[in-house]
Amino acid sequence: MSAMWWGVLGTSTAAFAFKYIGHSVPNHMMEHPKVLRVNVLIPIALLTALVAVQTFTDKTKLTFDHRVLGVSVALVALLLKAPFPVVVLSAAISSAVLYRFG
Amino acid sequence: MPIVSATSRSATLRKSFTVSFIVGLSGLAFGAASVAAGFSVLQSCFLSLLTFSGASQFALVGIMGAGGGAISGIATASFLGIRNGLYGLRMAPIMKVTGIRRIVAAHVTIDESTGVALSQEDLGDDAMRTGFWFTGIGVFIFWNLFTLLGALGAQRMGDPASWGLDAAVPALFLGIVWPKLKTTTDRLLAGVSLVTSLSLTPYMPAGLPIISTALIAIFFGVVKK
Repeated sequence: MSAMWWGVLGTSTAAFAFKYIGHSVPNHMMEHPKVLRVNVLIPIALLTALVAVQTFTDKTKLTFDHRVLGVSVALVALLLKAPFPVVVLSAAISSAVLYRFG
Repeated sequence: MPIVSATSRSATLRKSFTVSFIVGLSGLAFGAASVAAGFSVLQSCFLSLLTFSGASQFALVGIMGAGGGAISGIATASFLGIRNGLYGLRMAPIMKVTGIRRIVAAHVTIDESTGVALSQEDLGDDAMRTGFWFTGIGVFIFWNLFTLLGALGAQRMGDPASWGLDAAVPALFLGIVWPKLKTTTDRLLAGVSLVTSLSLTPYMPAGLPIISTALIAIFFGVVKK
């Protein structure tokens, strides 16, 4: 079985396990304030790292290319409080233009 | 049981449908990104059917597409899926389901179904349940439909970079994380995670620099008073 299939099945199993456990455990077990706080912070760390790696790296090399322009435009759109689809589309368009004509 | 009028019920249904359709549309982006990352159309559809959690799915294909191994892909995706477990905790006392219905309810426990349900809190438990089921199942239908269309479309698209897809995916994650940066701690953690993941990139297999920032988050969460 390929690594991709392991990824698909492993992620799916874990995703369902968390959802089902949430519906099944007694409430008091997970209401510890530190558990709740870590649960809010983990996605912040992972998602920021994901943005950084997908913008500034290629495999294990640091890079600086058309994607940096795209994500910078998205950041400006967010600062201007643009709606979510505008943020994503403006990144795609600016990055594609630089990639094709840069 | 609270009395839910016909108008407020149809307002709940309208909200469920709008959310389902708009969120489902982003399945196009997932299908395209997944195929561009090297997953097959079938694998992309299985991810949307079985994982059914957008951030986890994008993380897995993002990491494995960038050359990361299955383990770091699964680990990162799973950390992002913990949130759904906490939604499950919140929804269980309202849904009051067992057996097969609990399995279905658990599977459709995501940001959107929980969000719409909680937005109906003033209308009572019945409206919350209606919002949860219709949004959860509605997103499931549209998300999977549009994943298939996006995956098929991407196969004809050629180089994803010439369509800006390689910038759209990090922009999408930026758009998700941006509203979460509320306190100084949040922003500090984001900054440290950004610098750490990039600094580790040349020295670790792809994927590990991302997952290692979870340790920083745990540290921040435990030491903060």
